[in-house]
Amino acid sequence: MEQPNLSYIHSMSGGDKAFEQKLITIIKKEFPEEKSIYFTNIEAKNYTLTAENVHKLKHKISILGLVKSYDVAVDYENNLIDGNTEGRIEFEAILQIMTEFLETI
Amino acid sequence: MNCIIIDDEATARAIIGQLCSTVPSINVLEEFPNALQAIKYLNHNEVDLIFLDIHMPDFTGFDFIDTIKNPPKIVLTTSDPNFAIQAFGYDCIVDYLVKPITPERFKKAIDKAEAIKSTKTVSTDSKSSGQVETSSGNDLYVNIDRRLIKIDIPSIYLVEAKGDYIQVKTEDKNYTVHSTLKKIEEKLPKDLFLKIHRSYIINVDKIIDIEDNSVLIKKDVIPVSRSNRPELMKRLNLL
Repeated sequence: MEQPNLSYIHSMSGGDKAFEQKLITIIKKEFPEEKSIYFTNIEAKNYTLTAENVHKLKHKISILGLVKSYDVAVDYENNLIDGNTEGRIEFEAILQIMTEFLETI
Repeated sequence: MNCIIIDDEATARAIIGQLCSTVPSINVLEEFPNALQAIKYLNHNEVDLIFLDIHMPDFTGFDFIDTIKNPPKIVLTTSDPNFAIQAFGYDCIVDYLVKPITPERFKKAIDKAEAIKSTKTVSTDSKSSGQVETSSGNDLYVNIDRRLIKIDIPSIYLVEAKGDYIQVKTEDKNYTVHSTLKKIEEKLPKDLFLKIHRSYIINVDKIIDIEDNSVLIKKDVIPVSRSNRPELMKRLNLL
């Protein structure tokens, strides 16, 4: 499965290590909060709100260089808007990989 | 340019802030996690440019634009590419950045914002370097001053070739666009428009009368070339 990386963060930091660390700190704080809200809404079967959560999480997926996973998230978001949860398992696997990656940096 | 950043995601605000810091002409005054706080700020402060997220809870980016009077230049920043056409319906929107934003794409947006001196709507007979960009349903978008201006297709009554330009005449305004008659002909519905001369395309519904080798359309008398006349006659509901 596709693995997260810091390529995007490096490409846009221009070598500014302080900024890279600042951004990683923000992501490490914001990602668990967004993930928690996502799980609350999906468990409550509130698919409209869940789609919004996925939409926001998509950005972090792309920031961590997960190109194919981003497409998975796009499809899942569209399915949620249509009221079905197809793609949930794949999406939540992506969240798990991101969680593990963020613990290493 | 003094700017503000509006995005409910702290990560996005940090990235845009970092990108702004690489452009000497950009001065970030404030960042806001929601549009309502930004509206309060704008009631007392003037800015030149806003980086605006579309998807925000309670109050979207478009709600924000619809709310503020005389919006400054706006660069939309979003993970959703599906609102591009809607975005270009707003005169104040100078660019549309899809996240994740790259430094190269960000620089282009800044160049566009700096190139546009005014966000006033296009004047009644605007002439500029631009071209026909796309058509969607009843709308045609023309590129004028690096902005896509929406024209309601049924309101077009005449298109005239003028050298390297075409003049698109509508019920309300005339637009001079850097394009060709051939290009716009491809974008216009064939059941409504007809090329009657090498320099003219008309909206057949807008014809007032036809006399010999000319048609009167609005106040314009347009020549009909001999080769195009049979097709024009075929299109008329003759008694």
